[in-house]
Amino acid sequence: MKKALVILFLIAPFCPLLIQAQSKPKPKTKVAGTSASIARGSKVYTQYCLSCHQADGGGVQNMNPPLTKTTYVLGDKTRLIKVVLNGFTQAVDIDGQSYSNNMAPHDFLKDQEIADVLTYVRNNFTNKASAVKLAEVKAVRAGNKKK
Amino acid sequence: MKNKIAKLLLPVAAIVGSILFAALKYDSSNVVADADNAGLKLPSGFGALVVAQTGASARHLAVTPQGDIYVKLARPKDGKGILTLHEESNGKATITGGFGNYGGTGMYIKKGYMYASSNSEVFRYKLDENNHVISPDKPEIIITGLKMGRQHETKSLVLDNNDNVYVNIGAWFNSCQEHDRGLHSMGIPGCPILDSMGGIWQFKANKLNQSYAEGVHYAIGLRNVVGLDWNQQNNQLFVMQHGRDQLHDIFPEMFTTKQNAELPAECMYALRKGDNAGWPFMYYDQIQHKKILAPEYGGDGKKEADAKFIDPAAAYPGHMAPNGLLFYTGSMFPEKYKNGAFIAFHGSWNRAPEPQAGYFVVFQPFKNGKPFGEWEVFADNFSGSADKTARGRADHRPCGLAQGKDGSLYVTDDSKGTIYRIIYNKK
Ligand code: HEC
Repeated sequence: MKKALVILFLIAPFCPLLIQAQSKPKPKTKVAGTSASIARGSKVYTQYCLSCHQADGGGVQNMNPPLTKTTYVLGDKTRLIKVVLNGFTQAVDIDGQSYSNNMAPHDFLKDQEIADVLTYVRNNFTNKASAVKLAEVKAVRAGNKKK
Repeated sequence: MKNKIAKLLLPVAAIVGSILFAALKYDSSNVVADADNAGLKLPSGFGALVVAQTGASARHLAVTPQGDIYVKLARPKDGKGILTLHEESNGKATITGGFGNYGGTGMYIKKGYMYASSNSEVFRYKLDENNHVISPDKPEIIITGLKMGRQHETKSLVLDNNDNVYVNIGAWFNSCQEHDRGLHSMGIPGCPILDSMGGIWQFKANKLNQSYAEGVHYAIGLRNVVGLDWNQQNNQLFVMQHGRDQLHDIFPEMFTTKQNAELPAECMYALRKGDNAGWPFMYYDQIQHKKILAPEYGGDGKKEADAKFIDPAAAYPGHMAPNGLLFYTGSMFPEKYKNGAFIAFHGSWNRAPEPQAGYFVVFQPFKNGKPFGEWEVFADNFSGSADKTARGRADHRPCGLAQGKDGSLYVTDDSKGTIYRIIYNKK
């Protein structure tokens, strides 16, 4: 029900267009696909990420890094997917700051959940970046296992 | 004739005397609170001033009778891990220098020495009769080789009256799981890291290069301690433990997010040699008033833990992060504060999605060396507003506490580096 509402809301501005070109609904599914992924990802975020990275994605000073426009969030998707799969406990600076907490592996999440949560993160907290696809997560997980 | 000379000399002696006196003793009679009490909310009769804005990660501090302030920084600023400040007679201080190119937390002055810690060592600096550090670049290394992880890496310290130093060595885990903070990850049997961390160690204040072999494993089963102080009334060490995180994240079917926000308690422990406070095998539930078996070690939120673990002396709501503890021995504040404890709560992060809490200084009344009666918030609004507290976006975060010669209370903020001083105005 909620999903349908989201779709309706998103396609509303295109309605005049749709009436003109009802036979070509392709752009509609693309936008709706991403927004549905974002909506699902928001739930994954609340359950598995919010306690450390906080509701506003701003993180916790010296402990948990922010997810706002960081090089990890906006950068290479393979690296980003690996952060979720393998966790993050390296003593490296993230955009010039170090963080002391340990992020555990989240490989128990389904491929779709990882795609959704990362798509959500990349399109929230002032971020604007392309969606993370199910196929991309599948591929990274497959490569990840071999090592 | 003699009398005449004496009469002539008297004013001279008085002037010389007062100059000497001013040089040795800092006069705090002109200290007044800022018009806005430094932004703090305080009980009536109290006021506060901003002593200085250091712009550094100010952790623990020491204040001398001569009006000098030594502040330990979590990370060195311009190569200085200890800042020195000097106060004017109105209480405002300026940074006069600094030394010690290492970050850390511990800072304590006792019997002519200053003790400061990095995250793996403790240094001591001899002081002159004005409490100035004689050789800032040549400290003695009294303790070395202490383990430090990525988390709970800081070493706090305090001394007793018998030349012993007590140092906390925090555990580098949340709850000693196979996978730190991992969903459903169980506890490592026996938690073997407890042999060298997750406790308090006692060392000699006047011996060089001590490490585990030379120290006494004083108390065991303390996840991480930042605030600690020596209680002079009953000659005993008191510590504030940072309780474990993420009961809900790790065991969502056992604990709701609401329970996770409140539990476990942040505990005050009165320690004796050999005590075991039970981390990671248990946590203290301040709502049930029970020691509960940790879920990583077979608990379910109800099963009680082994009774051999000590009870806390007092318990506070979860995750507020007690970073400073100070027994008040001054006489500026009203009688009820005497020998009671001030606790600086750094403020929470692990209460989300529930509102965050803390970012204040609490007063815990004591009687005969034991907590007596309900704790109360003493100094509030370090965060800037109730909304900033709830969101965990505090402007300032209280960390270290110290008592001034006149009995005023100093508080550091390790977020923006503000040094506060709280005074009592009523006569
Ligand atoms: C236990 C707390 C915790 C949880 C839960 C957690 N993280 Fe993290 N996360 C961290 C910490 C700490 C780091 C950085 C570790 C370091 O510096 O070594 C990090 C790093 C990251 C990074 C890379 C650095 C950055 O800031 O861009 C991303 C992206 C990230 N986490 C996303 C997530 C997502 C998505 C989830 C939920 C699926 C999640 N995290 C759950 C604590 C956590």
